[in-house]
Amino acid sequence: MTKSFEEIPLTPISDTPSTVNLTGLWRAFRPIVDKAKCKKCTICWKFCPDVAIVLVDGVPEIDLNYCKGCGICSFECPSKCIVMVKEGTE
Amino acid sequence: MRKVMTGNYASAYGAKLARAEVIAAYPITPQTSIVEKLADFVSTGELKAKFIPVESEHSAMAACIAAQTAGARTYTATSSHGLTLMHEVLMWASGARLPIVMTNVSRAMAPPWSVWVDHMDSVAQRDTGWLEFFCQSNQEVLDTIIMAYKVCESKGVMLPAMIIEDAFILSHTSEPVDLPDQDMVDAFLPAYAPELKIEVGKARGFGSLVRPDQYMEFRYKAMLAMREAHDRFLRVEKEFKQVFGREHGGLLELYRCDDAEFVLIAAGSVAGTAKDVVDSLKAKGFPVGLARLRAFRPFPHEEIRALAGKVAGIAVLDRSYTFGAAGAMFTEVKASAYSGQKKPVIKDYIAGLGGRDITPKTIERIFEDIQIATKRGEETEVEWVDVAGLPRRWH
Repeated sequence: MTKSFEEIPLTPISDTPSTVNLTGLWRAFRPIVDKAKCKKCTICWKFCPDVAIVLVDGVPEIDLNYCKGCGICSFECPSKCIVMVKEGTE
Repeated sequence: MRKVMTGNYASAYGAKLARAEVIAAYPITPQTSIVEKLADFVSTGELKAKFIPVESEHSAMAACIAAQTAGARTYTATSSHGLTLMHEVLMWASGARLPIVMTNVSRAMAPPWSVWVDHMDSVAQRDTGWLEFFCQSNQEVLDTIIMAYKVCESKGVMLPAMIIEDAFILSHTSEPVDLPDQDMVDAFLPAYAPELKIEVGKARGFGSLVRPDQYMEFRYKAMLAMREAHDRFLRVEKEFKQVFGREHGGLLELYRCDDAEFVLIAAGSVAGTAKDVVDSLKAKGFPVGLARLRAFRPFPHEEIRALAGKVAGIAVLDRSYTFGAAGAMFTEVKASAYSGQKKPVIKDYIAGLGGRDITPKTIERIFEDIQIATKRGEETEVEWVDVAGLPRRWH
């Protein structure tokens, strides 16, 4: 609902953090991690532009609430243990 | 207390008297001595402020934005390429409704490389949502900084302001300047107390995303604020005069325009020269006057319209040029005047670019030309003045 100019503040101010937006809903491709092949190099964690990778004992866990499926982790992984699959196919 | 000082020191004293709490700046000719002086004030403890030396003008403005959002009164100063590097963040400052005050020492844009006066840098920022004040004297520089904080921090305005000094002509020329008492400035300009600011322990996002269904209402509010700034400035200057005993003529200073048929509109230091020319031409019986464009934003539309209704010809002196159109002050003057009942002949005179002197003789020729154009009808809308290679009339 559009608010009247008289009801809004001088500049938009949000009192909720932007993490309320589950950007993982935008995803078309999902990263699947083969944990057995992971060498724990943490390169995927360093490259993830959305901080959507959490390391558990050095092995990546994807936070699917925020992973947009860009595929950078899969591209950078030296041991090729992250593959991108189309959402809804697996 | 009266002291002899440059326009740059007048800026520094203005920021000091206004008790700026955070100063973030990057040096550039001819602004440098403003921030050097302020750094001195901070290092000796004369001014209790945080001085942040940054790596660029973009960062200087970004630091001011952050400090102002945290509730501090901020000040910075720049010039030409420094100002244009700030362009993006100037928009952020006004959109975030932060009443930052900045001095711009107006200097030509390169190439050709130049460090001398020209208004291109300031004029190019006209759509950023900043108030823009052109000054004629060093005293006016100091006084306008103090007034600008009061105008900009008022509840109905909350917009940033740019105080413009002409490079070298004001920035490096010494004049007597009256320094008001700190107690009087403190009484005139209370501490900055914004309604909204960043607070520890209260997480909020400032300047967050707004969808098309709500964006225009924010812009509408900024438009109202700029309109309010016009009236507020006149009230603040009236109050300033009551306290400090001087004023500088509102948004459009009318100098001997009462019985004038031909009026020159000009901004900045050249207005001082033009006033002398008006005096000498008036003494010879010519019905001329000067209207000094003190505020470029908010633009004094109503004042111009009222003036246009009373005169036969208006000459606008632009110290910059908008390529593909004309001088920006001319197009705005003409737009304001054209909505009035009476439409005088209005011509644009491009002069003094890159620090070229605008002499009394040049201004006399402009007055002569506007009188001829008014009688004969205008042949040329925009004249380039004192350009080598042009016909003798203009060279």
